Amino acid sequence: MAERSFAREVEDLRLGEGEVFRGEGILAITKALLQSGVAYVGGYQGAPISHLMDVLADAKEVLDELGVQFVSSASEAAAAAMLSASVMYPIRGAVTWKSPVGTNVAADALANLASGGVTGGALIIVGEDYGEGSSIMQERSHAFAMKSQVWLLDPRPNLESLVKAVEDGFALSEASNTPVMLEVRIRACHVHGQFRTKANRRPSFTLKEAQDNPRRDVNRIVLPPASYLHETEKIEARWPKAVAYIKEHRLNEMFGPTDGGVGIILQGGMYNGVIRALQQLGLADVYGETRVPLYVLNLTYPLIEDEVAAFCDSKSAVLVVEEGAPDFIEQAVGAILRRRSIAAALSGKDVLPMGGEYTASVLLKGMGAFIEAHAGALLGNRPPLPDPAPVLADPAVKALAATVPPRPPGFCIGCPERPIFAAMKLVEKELGPHHVAADIGCHLFSILPPFNIGATTMGYGLGPASAAAFNAPGAKRSIAVMGDGGFWHNGLTSSVGNAVYNRHDGVILVVDNFYSAATGGQDIPSSRAGNARRKTNNPIARAVRGVGARWVRQIDRTYDVAQMRDTLRQALTTKEPGPKIIVAASECMLNKQRREKPRFAAAVKNGKRMVKQRFGVDEDICTGDHACIRLSGCPSLTVKETGDILRDDPVAAIDNSCVGCGNCGEVAEAAVLCPSFYRADIIHNPTGWDRFVAGIRAAVIGFLQRRRAARRVVFAD
Amino acid sequence: MALSSDRPISLAILAMGGQGGGVLAGWIVAAAERAGWFAQSTSVPGVAQRTGATLYYVEMIAAAEGHAPVLSLMPSPGDVDLVLATEYMEAGRAILRGLVTPTRTTLIASTHRAFAIAETSVPGRGIADSGAVTAAIGVAAKRMIAFDMERVATARGSVISASMLGALAASRTLPFPREAFERAISADGRGTEASLRAFDAAYEIASGAPTEVERPPARANDLQGSAGHPVLAALVQRVRDGFPLSLQEIILAGLRKLVGFQDPAYGAEYLDRLAALHRLDDAHDGAPRSFAFTGTSAKYLANAMAYDDVIRVADLKTLGTRFVRVKADVTEGDDKLVTMTEFMHPRMAELVGLLPAKLGLWLERRPGLFGFLDRRISKGRRIRTDALRGFLTLYSIAALRQRRRRSLRHSREMRHIEAWLATATALLPRHYDLAVEVIACRRLIKGYSDTHARGFSKFDRVLGALPRLESRNDAALWLRRLRQAALQDEEGTALDGALRTIAGLD
Repeated sequence: MAERSFAREVEDLRLGEGEVFRGEGILAITKALLQSGVAYVGGYQGAPISHLMDVLADAKEVLDELGVQFVSSASEAAAAAMLSASVMYPIRGAVTWKSPVGTNVAADALANLASGGVTGGALIIVGEDYGEGSSIMQERSHAFAMKSQVWLLDPRPNLESLVKAVEDGFALSEASNTPVMLEVRIRACHVHGQFRTKANRRPSFTLKEAQDNPRRDVNRIVLPPASYLHETEKIEARWPKAVAYIKEHRLNEMFGPTDGGVGIILQGGMYNGVIRALQQLGLADVYGETRVPLYVLNLTYPLIEDEVAAFCDSKSAVLVVEEGAPDFIEQAVGAILRRRSIAAALSGKDVLPMGGEYTASVLLKGMGAFIEAHAGALLGNRPPLPDPAPVLADPAVKALAATVPPRPPGFCIGCPERPIFAAMKLVEKELGPHHVAADIGCHLFSILPPFNIGATTMGYGLGPASAAAFNAPGAKRSIAVMGDGGFWHNGLTSSVGNAVYNRHDGVILVVDNFYSAATGGQDIPSSRAGNARRKTNNPIARAVRGVGARWVRQIDRTYDVAQMRDTLRQALTTKEPGPKIIVAASECMLNKQRREKPRFAAAVKNGKRMVKQRFGVDEDICTGDHACIRLSGCPSLTVKETGDILRDDPVAAIDNSCVGCGNCGEVAEAAVLCPSFYRADIIHNPTGWDRFVAGIRAAVIGFLQRRRAARRVVFAD
Repeated sequence: MALSSDRPISLAILAMGGQGGGVLAGWIVAAAERAGWFAQSTSVPGVAQRTGATLYYVEMIAAAEGHAPVLSLMPSPGDVDLVLATEYMEAGRAILRGLVTPTRTTLIASTHRAFAIAETSVPGRGIADSGAVTAAIGVAAKRMIAFDMERVATARGSVISASMLGALAASRTLPFPREAFERAISADGRGTEASLRAFDAAYEIASGAPTEVERPPARANDLQGSAGHPVLAALVQRVRDGFPLSLQEIILAGLRKLVGFQDPAYGAEYLDRLAALHRLDDAHDGAPRSFAFTGTSAKYLANAMAYDDVIRVADLKTLGTRFVRVKADVTEGDDKLVTMTEFMHPRMAELVGLLPAKLGLWLERRPGLFGFLDRRISKGRRIRTDALRGFLTLYSIAALRQRRRRSLRHSREMRHIEAWLATATALLPRHYDLAVEVIACRRLIKGYSDTHARGFSKFDRVLGALPRLESRNDAALWLRRLRQAALQDEEGTALDGALRTIAGLD
């Protein structure tokens, strides 16, 4: 991590026996890893698990003390492959990523790992990026657990339970020789709560011991005939061991009366929402006391058939609360009921939606319907339910729906990627539209207003690969965009190498902002900052030349819109065969400001001469057409009312958040928009010479201004 | 088994990414924990961290010994005690999400606006109506505390999270003393003093009477006492004597603009034209229509006559008052020096407009020479108006004002104005409302270079529909629709659609 310090969070990792940790869920999990004697941790950053990676990257001292190896993996596949350290040795290891996207990437290694099985505990912490706040396709990681036979933990979303799940996960993994996946949803990762800590534990078996005494067992390698044996072993040996462990240690929990007529089977992650809905129905309280029996699956795969059967046996109906599609758990419960001839009616996706997040109102509606249908008497005198419907039906509120504008995420203030897309817009005006393949990263915001650039996104580092088919002779060239994060994730081979090898005639635009910016500004191989623990400063342009690219252009100041535009035009029109690669590099403004702002303030405070730039718009010159905004979208370039009754439209204006990147001035100049923009250089602690020169200028200019004003007849302001 | 009737206090923060909503939630949690309560917060930041709308949710309950509460990770619509909106449209979004209900919810909202891209990127006016939010709050909220918390914070060198916390503390909706909130801020250790100042200021405001939604100050158009020169006084008197009272404000604003643009004689010319239009208006039954034709003409004729040429830009850029304004805008008026760099891209097309009409036309008829000169001239230029060379360049161009009336650009603008007014006045006897709409179409012409050309083309296309419309009773309505469509997008897609509709009318 280059520009942000997690020193305070690192301190939390040092908490000892019986102290109170207060903080985020994902950090509690990080602490739990150290309490569990983990020997190595790896992963790939991404919301909602980035902080696990960030904090460990800053925690060198703590990790060294404990003898824990931390690896910033190149991709989720690399992270999953690292778990092979637990195959032959009794070493605990954990990896983490955003899911299901990361699990997709890791699937190859995961399947191999699961086939041969593990000796040491292997834990995969997946941040389930689903529902509100998610940035990816809406799918479930559950399917991966089922297909590769990896056990899936889905604990109740409070810090105690999350920490316990980490400890249980390692133990279960070791007891059943199977990797274990720990699924944590977005809100659980970010939930602030508390738990009582234990002392950190050094690994009982170290990596050094393993490296110095290597072991091998051909029966653990995925190759026939061992691979056939693995399949049998999974079913006949590992599965029963897991079921026995889960039963014995009661990883799943029962709440409420044992004799209720109806019951609810739920994923652990749904617990707080279910309790709140029951509370609103008058059937539970805020301390978790419930009148409806709950069977909480802290482990959603495998299902423990005996437990399910015992829970359902005496009941007239059970409801399965399972978020997302398909309804894997409900189908499995149905099969158990059928197999055991249990008569309880099965409800689930009939009263709850098949897809979409199980929000508070969704749960209330679905659970209310279930209880009304099967145990209406429980509802007693039916207290009034929270219901916004009357307010939402009011005409004044209905009118609001057409008023409140959408507020999608976009490029930050001063983002160096903005001028790249402004230049693409300008080229589009000259040469017409081209097929643009987008990728994953901040640059994907180009698909939204005001740029509206980009047709598809197929996966991290796969932008140029996704344009591979568009190589028709004589056709308009395709443009593929990819970030530096995606480039190192796999874009160098899958996208660039692939394009070079297949002599693809398209344009590849690599956006190099010095970090894996969208995931929080982590360092990557081409980062410019010195990093004592990693080898940075490996230029992208050199890497692409290394795989054989010939036409390569490096732009080191993306804010130069005219140069960006000219280079793009050249790439689209040159006769040179093969991919045309433009590396557009400027530092992520968010990270740059994080570093420079405090430095600037300190220098000013110490009396040093410092110059800060800011942009402005002359409101009398601006005509209110907003063409500049359509080529920018910078949050600090906005509009304001003039109060002038002769004007119909608000004028452009730049607010105080401007960081002086210069994009708006460059765009206005390159696109020949209007002369309203000016840059103000504000000189803090000016020198005597500064003052002298400024004094002379002000004297002459002031004289001329006063002379003209005196000769002119105008209305006073 | 008896169920406890304890319930947590629920609080939702609707914010935009980067506004510090997470910091605010953290302070609230810290204040609650400091008071011995159990507090849980959650968020879904994800990509919304990049300026998108996002939500933070907090639940708090007095911790009962030995009982860990089970708190929700997301708000239940209709079941939220407190909603904090860090921007006014976000308050609207909270209402639309059903989080604000009249029996439960105290809404604390900052009235300032951070315009969304959908509002700022339209070629015309796209700003959402804050009044709609105010109206909805009246229906939805149990209690409201609303003022410009952004300004309260920035004026004290802090950020909105600090002033929002002040307003929250003052609302007394949370059972924690003021000190608990202040100590939450102090414990943070970053920018503490400024944050506490913003907290205090907001606390005071929120403790007092609810304040009005603030509007930008209107420019003074009342020129009675400030004409300052006998020539101007005479012009003002002409307005007072010759036009209905209700129109005098806008006419005086136009007069002021044109005297500034050129000179008092040009202002007089404006009044001459307007007086002629007003006579026609009067003759064609304008009085019962509040002289809409004269009023609309007063506005758009002033704008048309004060066209945006190089002289005007140079003049505005070199005014002494502008220097003062820029410095005040970018500094807090203290011990700093400011330099100014203008971003300009002059082209031959603009420069030729400065030339005397005949010479300009002569040049335009020689594309080879014209192109040669354009290649020399047309490029981005950065001009330092605070330094002598840059200032003198623009100052000299501004001096061409004296010769403006002989320029090619002026002759073209005047011809266009004549044609436009002729079209409108020809319609006036038959179709008063349509004539007014023709005048208002001048709004489409604005901007510089390509934007200006596009505006002209839209103007022509809209007025080009007149022959088809003239015979209809609802022609004025259609022309208005066309104009609105033309302002919706840059390329004129909406306008094309509207024109096709008109072509299909019977």
